[in-house]
Amino acid sequence: MAEREQRKRTSPSEDEQVEEIPASTETGEKLKADMDDLLDEIDEVLETNAEDFVKSYIQKGGQ
Amino acid sequence: MAVPKTLGIETEYGIVLRGTDDPNPISASSLLINAYLSKRDPRLQPRVSWDFEDESPSRDARGATPISAMPPEIETHLVNAVLTNGSRYYVDHAHPEYSSPECADAYSVLVHDRAGELILIESMAAADEILPPGQEIVVYKNNSDGKGNSYGTHENYLMDRSTPFGDIVHHGTAHLVTRQIFTGAGKVGTELPGMNRDEVDFQITQRADFFEEEVGLETTLKRPIINTRDEPHADARKYRRLHVIAGDANMAEVSTYLKVGTTAIVLGMVEANAISRLWTFADPVRAMQQVSLDLTMRAPLTLDDGTRVTALEIQEALAADARRYVDSHGTDYIGGPVALDVLDRWEQTLAALRRDPMELADQLDWVAKYKLMQAYRDRDDMSWDDPRLAAMDIQYHDMRPGRSLARKLGLQTIADPAHVEAAITDPPEDTRAFFRGECLRKWGDQIVAANWDSLVFDVGIDPLRRIPMMEPTRGTRAHVGTVLEESDTPLELLERLRS
Repeated sequence: MAEREQRKRTSPSEDEQVEEIPASTETGEKLKADMDDLLDEIDEVLETNAEDFVKSYIQKGGQ
Repeated sequence: MAVPKTLGIETEYGIVLRGTDDPNPISASSLLINAYLSKRDPRLQPRVSWDFEDESPSRDARGATPISAMPPEIETHLVNAVLTNGSRYYVDHAHPEYSSPECADAYSVLVHDRAGELILIESMAAADEILPPGQEIVVYKNNSDGKGNSYGTHENYLMDRSTPFGDIVHHGTAHLVTRQIFTGAGKVGTELPGMNRDEVDFQITQRADFFEEEVGLETTLKRPIINTRDEPHADARKYRRLHVIAGDANMAEVSTYLKVGTTAIVLGMVEANAISRLWTFADPVRAMQQVSLDLTMRAPLTLDDGTRVTALEIQEALAADARRYVDSHGTDYIGGPVALDVLDRWEQTLAALRRDPMELADQLDWVAKYKLMQAYRDRDDMSWDDPRLAAMDIQYHDMRPGRSLARKLGLQTIADPAHVEAAITDPPEDTRAFFRGECLRKWGDQIVAANWDSLVFDVGIDPLRRIPMMEPTRGTRAHVGTVLEESDTPLELLERLRS
């Protein structure tokens, strides 16, 4: 168990900053704006009821 | 001895029938494929069926077939078609499966894998016209439902029968475990038995959680890293077919290209005895899972001599061996000029992974998916167990063009769209798939059965004529193009082939 916790702690979400967007530069701001636009665009097509969708996605009988 | 690495990919797609309380995935899969066939090429259905004569999926490369190893279920009554591009499109278990034709290099496999996606997209549209209003079939190119059920994306590589199987197991394991750093399609959570899903935030591959053995014959339970199915679909005295079940389905073209391209090179090096070091993990199954869980590329894996090494270091060593191999042996057996491009990309990808994996957010699936989810987490303050992330994880692989998150991201492409479009109907010209596909195109109504290694013609007079195709590198346009063109009937073809 200790080991699993260890593994979890070493995932980059926790201790390695993966946000590659440098917020203070001009390019950084452009990248961030592009990403915001992309997220807005993706919002439009996302499954509306995430919880039900995930629950109903069951795939038995595969290799 | 080495043989050309003829290769292919077979993909089981996830399938959902929406708008009904009791969706049956088997009948939905049949409907999907039949809808495509009746629209695209009614001649192929139901007349051209699969010929099971030479199928022996329970034969084991290690020798005797263990009693516990039951042959996979073959459901002959289900739809099972061969297309003019040389591929097989059928219902396997409870999924629609697309098996690409035999290809001669990684670029060709990529093109045909993408053509398979377009065929699935066209199938969904064709099914829409048949289904009652309110119902819809949606397919997903992924490998897990997030609830402990997995379905496969299998690769196949032609190998020299005389290469000791133990060599394939050793070097193959080292590559399949460590290549995950660029082949992974990414997944939220874990499905390892005994763990709660949210004990892992995000991991590199869809499939690593489902492997329990190092070597074995199974594909549906106790899955092995190296599968021993010994069913070459070719002259068994000369060839074996390595059936790789350890990979993810990829949306990113770069991931697909590197997945098959690097594996063809590594297997070519195994045949030539050109790998400089034997990387043997103390616990290969655990190593597979460790690599998948390590987004930093820094977690050490333990070798059987106790030393520790990272997946990235093993990949760098294999790529360095590959550079030496290409310099000394050339590329004849590993995909020709395409192999050089694969090798360049392989080296560049490893260098980028060493600097910062996030550089590859427009190239590799797991990085693209991870970056997208991090952006959502930042914007909406989501925790990793938020159902919206689980939904996005599935929807990344949605085949509907307007809904596929992977396609929305604008990932780098390699395949020429015109080549992909053509591959919906045209076979590769440089393997026996050319002969199969062109015969189907020309005489589809006189072929009663087809298989990877044979075609059966009904020429109007008894008996049926079976043409064996035991050499995967013969039957190319160069070999049979003229004969096919000059023959007006299958009988003429048979006569010309005999002479």
